[in-house]
Amino acid sequence: MSGYFAEIFSGTKSLAIGMGITFKYMLKPVVTVQYPYETLKMPERYRGHIELVKDPETGEAKCIVCGMCQRACPSGCITVAGDKREGEKKKVLGKYVLNFTTCSLCGSCVESCKSGAIKFSKEYNLASTRKEDYILDLLQRLKEQR
Amino acid sequence: MNPPSEPIRLLAFLIGLIIFAALNAAYLVWLERKVAGHVQRRIGPKEVGPFGLLQPLVDGIKLMTKQILVPDHIDPILFRIAPPLLLIPAVMSFVTIPFSETLVARDINLGLLMIFAFASINVLGILLGGWGSNNKYAVIAAARGVSQNVAYEIPMLITVITMVMITHTLNLNEIVRQQAGGIFNWYIFRWSANPLMLVSFLIFFTCSMAETNRAPFDLGEAESELVAGYHTEYSGMGFGLFFMGEYANIVIGCSLATLLFLGGWQCPFGLWPGVHWFLIKLYLLIFTVILIRWTFPRTTIYGLLNLSWKILIPFALFNLILTGAMLKIWPLIFP
Repeated sequence: MSGYFAEIFSGTKSLAIGMGITFKYMLKPVVTVQYPYETLKMPERYRGHIELVKDPETGEAKCIVCGMCQRACPSGCITVAGDKREGEKKKVLGKYVLNFTTCSLCGSCVESCKSGAIKFSKEYNLASTRKEDYILDLLQRLKEQR
Repeated sequence: MNPPSEPIRLLAFLIGLIIFAALNAAYLVWLERKVAGHVQRRIGPKEVGPFGLLQPLVDGIKLMTKQILVPDHIDPILFRIAPPLLLIPAVMSFVTIPFSETLVARDINLGLLMIFAFASINVLGILLGGWGSNNKYAVIAAARGVSQNVAYEIPMLITVITMVMITHTLNLNEIVRQQAGGIFNWYIFRWSANPLMLVSFLIFFTCSMAETNRAPFDLGEAESELVAGYHTEYSGMGFGLFFMGEYANIVIGCSLATLLFLGGWQCPFGLWPGVHWFLIKLYLLIFTVILIRWTFPRTTIYGLLNLSWKILIPFALFNLILTGAMLKIWPLIFP
């Protein structure tokens, strides 16, 4: 019989404590990020799709069109092409297309690049209803960044 | 100014009460979502209008424009009368509730009795809704709802009987009038009538929450087990009526607790009694009900019935006996 009353008392007490906790939490500031209006800064090592790195001296892509990234890619989603131009020693990048539909963000291309010409972007707002939106022309993007 | 003629007065009250019930249903949902949000450190609705204040209206329009799907092999009559059967008693109960000394649609002598008579009918709405919709989850939910309501009506009514023994009247306005003159005349603090008045209030409040199928007693619509409970098969405004009825019942339950124990429209320090005090107390109680929902997890059906039969009913009966004894003994000690 004593257990009966003790249980009722302790139960009521714990319910009151619980309501106190939720009330306290209700008055605390909200912690959620209101996404379309506010965004979090992506961390340093975030892996978005790859993008080309600009050479600060020339303003062009750092890429030397060696084709290592294309060969390193396990799913073959990188297409690189370059052309020899008059009066220049090195090849000039003419085309760099990433097929993001098959990319698994493994990073083999970034590792294999000897001239440090590609890096992960911080891009993540990539939702689309069309497949063509994921065939990314990275050279075009580099020009648009300028 | 002459008082308006009786039919006009009644019509005004009727429209006013229906609007009051509908707006309460709409904005209690808003309040519920806001409180839920802030308890979980979110914001809650905020997109439609300032602070999301237009959200309930938009939701209402959405519900009204939705197609009402009627599933196959239902009971066509029961399926259709169940939602109004839940809503109408709830709105009817508002008729006798005194918002202030004069602001009451009908000051009926048996007001308290009438409210409990109607409160028992709305169980029928739940039962018929579950039974008529040809859905096993809905039937289970309806059975649970009925067993729960039967279990909780008993301690609630016993508590009300103790109140009636003390007040000697079933007229709600008269009960409030007896609590005039400060916070210590409220029945929750009338130790002289019954030293366990606070327990009476807790029993009554718990029961009114269980009667309205509110969390943590919302076994009738336990989403994780029963889809959506007895209104699983209802869509559009059929569901909307169930929803409105439920929130109207919460308002009724909290109004009764306010009137019986917290002094209704009386002011806690004896100044300016009026409708504002009633509304303040009412919404504080409703806020408590909402906070309870977002604090406690759902009980089991055994826990629910055990609470009623093993704790609430014995306590309510003891209270009844104690009140009876106090009524006889108190005048002997202090004639």
